[in-house]
Amino acid sequence: MVLAAISLFVGVISLRPSEIFQDGAAFGLMLDSRLPRTLATLIAGAALAVCGMIMQMLVRNRFVEPMTAGTGQGAALGILIVVLLFPSASILVKMSIATATAMVSSIGFLLIVRRLPPAQPLLVPLVAMIYGGIIGAGVTFVAYQWDMLQYIDTWLNGDFSGVMRGRYELLWVAALITALTYVIADQFAIAGLGRDASINLGLNYDQVMILGLLAISVVAALTVITVGAIPFVGLIVPNIISRRFGDNLRATLPLTALCGASLVLVSDIIGRVIRAPYEIPVGTVLGVLGAVVFLWLLYAGPKHAR
Amino acid sequence: MIVVENLSYSVASAQILTDVSVTLPKGGITALIGPNGAGKSSLFSHIARLLPMQSGRITVDGMDVAPSNRQELARKLAILPQQAHFATRLTVKELVQFGRYPHCQGRLRTEDHEMVEASLHAFGLMPLAGRFLDTLSGGQRHKAHVAMTYAQDTDYLLLDEPLNNLDIAASRALMALLRRLADEEGKTIVIVLHDINFAAQYADHLVVLKDGRIEREGKPADMVTGALLADVFRTDAQVAVVGDTPFVMP
Repeated sequence: MVLAAISLFVGVISLRPSEIFQDGAAFGLMLDSRLPRTLATLIAGAALAVCGMIMQMLVRNRFVEPMTAGTGQGAALGILIVVLLFPSASILVKMSIATATAMVSSIGFLLIVRRLPPAQPLLVPLVAMIYGGIIGAGVTFVAYQWDMLQYIDTWLNGDFSGVMRGRYELLWVAALITALTYVIADQFAIAGLGRDASINLGLNYDQVMILGLLAISVVAALTVITVGAIPFVGLIVPNIISRRFGDNLRATLPLTALCGASLVLVSDIIGRVIRAPYEIPVGTVLGVLGAVVFLWLLYAGPKHAR
Repeated sequence: MIVVENLSYSVASAQILTDVSVTLPKGGITALIGPNGAGKSSLFSHIARLLPMQSGRITVDGMDVAPSNRQELARKLAILPQQAHFATRLTVKELVQFGRYPHCQGRLRTEDHEMVEASLHAFGLMPLAGRFLDTLSGGQRHKAHVAMTYAQDTDYLLLDEPLNNLDIAASRALMALLRRLADEEGKTIVIVLHDINFAAQYADHLVVLKDGRIEREGKPADMVTGALLADVFRTDAQVAVVGDTPFVMP
C-alpha cells in the first residue's frame, strides 16, 4: 500500500499529494497516467508471479518461468504474425492469436522437458533459456526482415512508461484469470506431486495441465501486448515463497501475488527514480535484480531442493 | 475383488503382458512376485490406471478401471507407486491432507481432519507433522506417503515395491502395519514384492508372473518351493521351512 502511494507521486512532472484536489491538471495526470501505471504494475507483477508458481508446479521444476521459457516469446511471435498479416485486426483477434502461439510454445517446452532426466533439475532452466532464446531470435529475425525491430523491443522488454488510461485495461483480464486459478489451487499443488500421485487422487491430470498452460499463456500474452515481457518475477517470487512457506498453493498463492506485485512496483519506482527525468525500463531493472537473485538461488538451491 | 480379463500390453515390438487373466481376492494381502522383467509392475500399473489399456478389461468390485470413473476409483483404491521424485515443498500434514482430496475436493470437513489426525497417529508421524518433506530422511518420507494413501481411506491399497530403500526394521514395520490393516480394518492389499521371503511371511495369496504371463498362484506355503525357484527364477536356491513358513536360503 505504501509502495503504491509512493508510485502515484513519483514521475517526471512532480506532484504533491496536496495538489491533487486543488489543481485540475494534477488530478487529470493522476487519473490518466499515475493511477493506471500503478495498477498495471501491480496486476502484471501479481499475475506473473502466480503464473510462475503454476508453471513450476506443472513442469515440476523450480527454475522455470513463463517469460524465459518460451511462453512470452511465443506471445510476441503471435503478435508479430498478426501485425504482419492482419494489421487491421481487432485487439481481441490479436489477443487470441498471441495466446494461441504462447500456448503452442509452452506445450512444446513441456514436451521437451518431459524427455529430460528428472534427476538433473538444472538441465531444465538451461533448456528453457535456449528454447526461449531460439523463439526470441526467430521473432527478432522476422521483425528485422520487415523492419519492425522497434515494435519488438516494446514487447520483449517490459516497460510501464507507456501505460495510460485506455491502454492497459486488458490487464484486468489477466487479473481475473489469476484470481480464477486460485479456485483450482489444490489441483495445481497435486499436479506438482506428479502424474502418478495425481491419478491416485482422482485428478484429471491432463485437464489440469491444459488449464494451467492456458492461464499462463493468456497472462503472458496480455502482459506482452500491454507492457512487454517482464522477466524473473515469475522466477524469484515463487522460489522465495516456496522456500519460506512451502508449496501448499491454496495457502501461498495470495502471498505470491502480493510479493510479485510489490517487486515489480519497487523495480518500476527504481527505474523511474534512478536517472530521473529519464526512465530505465522495468524489464532492465528486474533483469539486473533477477540475474543476481537467480544466481543465488542456483547456488543455494541444492541444499534445499528435492 | 479385482478382476483382470485378457490384458495384453506391448511397448514398440516388445510384448510385456500376454493375455493375462487373474482374479485378486477381496480381503487379505496379495503379493505379485516374479523375476525381473516378468511384467509385475506393468500389471500393477494397469490395475492402478497409470497406463492406458491397450486390450482387455479390469474391474474393481465390478467398476471399470477407466478414466470416466476416476473420482470414484480414487475413493476405492489408493496407490503407492515406486518411490517418486518430489520437487515440491509440503509439510507432512499437508501431504496427508491431500489424501483426503478425493473425498472433499480440498475443502476439509471435520471428518477429514479426524482422518488426517488418525493417519498421522497410526504412522507415528505426529511429531513430524509440521516438518517439510525435504527435511526428512528417506524412510520418514516414505512413511508420510503411506500415511497419505492410508488417509485416502480406500478398500484397496496398491503398493509397488514399497520395501525398496527401507532397512530391515522399517520393512518389517511396514509389512506388519499392512498385515494389521488387512486383519483389523478388512482392507485388501495388493503389493509388488521382490523379496520372496517377505511375500511368504506376510502375504495370504501369491501371484507369480513370468514372461508376461501368470505362471501360477496360491498360498505361500504351497507355492514357495525349490521347484518354483528353479522353474520361474532359474536359480537353484534351497528352501527351508521355519514354523509353517517357507524360507528361501539366499
